[in-house]
Amino acid sequence: MASFPEDAIPPSPAAMPPAGTVRRVVYRHALPLRVMHWINAICLLILLGSGLQIFNAHPALYWGQRSHFEHPWLNLGAIRTADGQLRGVTVLGSRRFDTTGWFGVSKVDGQTTVRGFPAWATIPGPQWLSMGRAWHFFFAWLFAINGVCFTAWALWTRHLTRDLVPDRRDWRGIGRSIIDHALLRHPRGEAALRYNVLQRLAYLIVIFVFGGGVVLMGLAMSPRMDSVLGGLVDAVGGRQSARSIHFLFAMGFLAFFLIHLFEVVVTGVGNNLRSIITGRYAIETEPRDETHQ
Amino acid sequence: MKLINRRRRFLRDALALTGAVALGGCDRLSGTDWVPQVLGSATALSHAAQGALSRNAMAREYTDADISPVFRPNGSTDPQAPAYRALVADGFRGYRLGIGGLVAHPLSLSLEQLRALPSRTQITRHDCVEGWSVIGKWTGVQLARVLDMAQPTSAARYVLFRCYDRMDDDREYYESLGFDDAYHPQTLLAWELNGKALPIANGAPLRLQVPRQLGYKMAKYLRRIDLVASFKDIEGGAGGYWEDQGYQWYAGI
Repeated sequence: MASFPEDAIPPSPAAMPPAGTVRRVVYRHALPLRVMHWINAICLLILLGSGLQIFNAHPALYWGQRSHFEHPWLNLGAIRTADGQLRGVTVLGSRRFDTTGWFGVSKVDGQTTVRGFPAWATIPGPQWLSMGRAWHFFFAWLFAINGVCFTAWALWTRHLTRDLVPDRRDWRGIGRSIIDHALLRHPRGEAALRYNVLQRLAYLIVIFVFGGGVVLMGLAMSPRMDSVLGGLVDAVGGRQSARSIHFLFAMGFLAFFLIHLFEVVVTGVGNNLRSIITGRYAIETEPRDETHQ
Repeated sequence: MKLINRRRRFLRDALALTGAVALGGCDRLSGTDWVPQVLGSATALSHAAQGALSRNAMAREYTDADISPVFRPNGSTDPQAPAYRALVADGFRGYRLGIGGLVAHPLSLSLEQLRALPSRTQITRHDCVEGWSVIGKWTGVQLARVLDMAQPTSAARYVLFRCYDRMDDDREYYESLGFDDAYHPQTLLAWELNGKALPIANGAPLRLQVPRQLGYKMAKYLRRIDLVASFKDIEGGAGGYWEDQGYQWYAGI
């Protein structure tokens, strides 16, 4: 969050704030950050869809070096009932769920079809593993390069140390921040320009743990890379474990994405979207003397 | 107010467009000629980067305790081609592996002749493009030894593998390797799986083992090997049966 109050733009008469406060528009997100944000958003969307397409080629996950076919920890399968109906059955650990219509069995162009994730969630929609791989590996490169660029930029501009890494004051306020989030209480004034501690932790974890982790676990699935990444593969328990963790990081990204969208909406969708497209973000502040002179 | 409305409309349209491109658009784009070509450029990058990082590094070798109870077969599991059925009926006694194309010394080797060569046994992981992995113990001759006997000419660039099995579309299975993989010490012509003669389901009597690539590169039911300068004019031109269906020729990822 690069906030530069000195670049404040005078509010347009059309956007007057409620009485008693002054609406001030600040230049919040620098251009490189906005560009990288949207590249990242497109990459994640396509990587998730194409990743689920690849998953569907063998919709089961295991722990270990190899596939213990009798013991997947996650399996999106199908059964045919006595009356000939196809039912989707999801096995998670030792539990079984009927997930017909969602996982295991869903409709493709009106046809009931056996497939892990439904067609609306995969890229391409129909079963097409080679095309899913083509999308996935192209955008994986873009995602990784974008991630390296972001990290370099964030270090160079001190975005990382100033805006993302929590300082002592942030840590002290963590309890309050949790309560504020739970009650959907969000600052509207100057405080809104500063990332709160939960936001900082979420961004750090998503960028460096999920982002770094998902790339490393992807590489750990490559039989060619495994010839030099043996230590990493063993450290996570094997290639099939790497595939499972890759999937879990992707689900972590999905969870973050949903929470992120939720927070964007509850803190003002127009203001947030404008700030990540044009850089300009409006805050409401107490009237300052000079504005009345 | 007009400005705000226009801005809102822009935001709404931008969101709708992004959504449409991301979901429905990908299907339409996948059907074009140019999009798969652009996406495919990433494979060249992967091949170059992974090749430079791993060079001749060895695939991890496992212990007997890691071996899968069943080495899951995929693709053809019981070829019906008459030439192959005749070999099966004969217990593969009449089997000959032809090695030709751009070589100084074309060869025709029986299983006995292959077994008489120095062999290598390795317990390696087999990763299917679908995502699953099995581990098996393979015994065979290093492809490099056989290539050294045949002596590829300086024009040769790829090793092409022809197979006995025909796929659902009645096309013959085939595959190809570059010289980096062909001469890798763990690249085998294998006749034994887990201490027993290679079962038919897994590619009897002879299959390719390339543990640093995905399973579809490891051609089964080997019929003959040809050294070629290019595979552009062979079958679909992409260097392998699955490659002709759109799968990447470089299968290290």
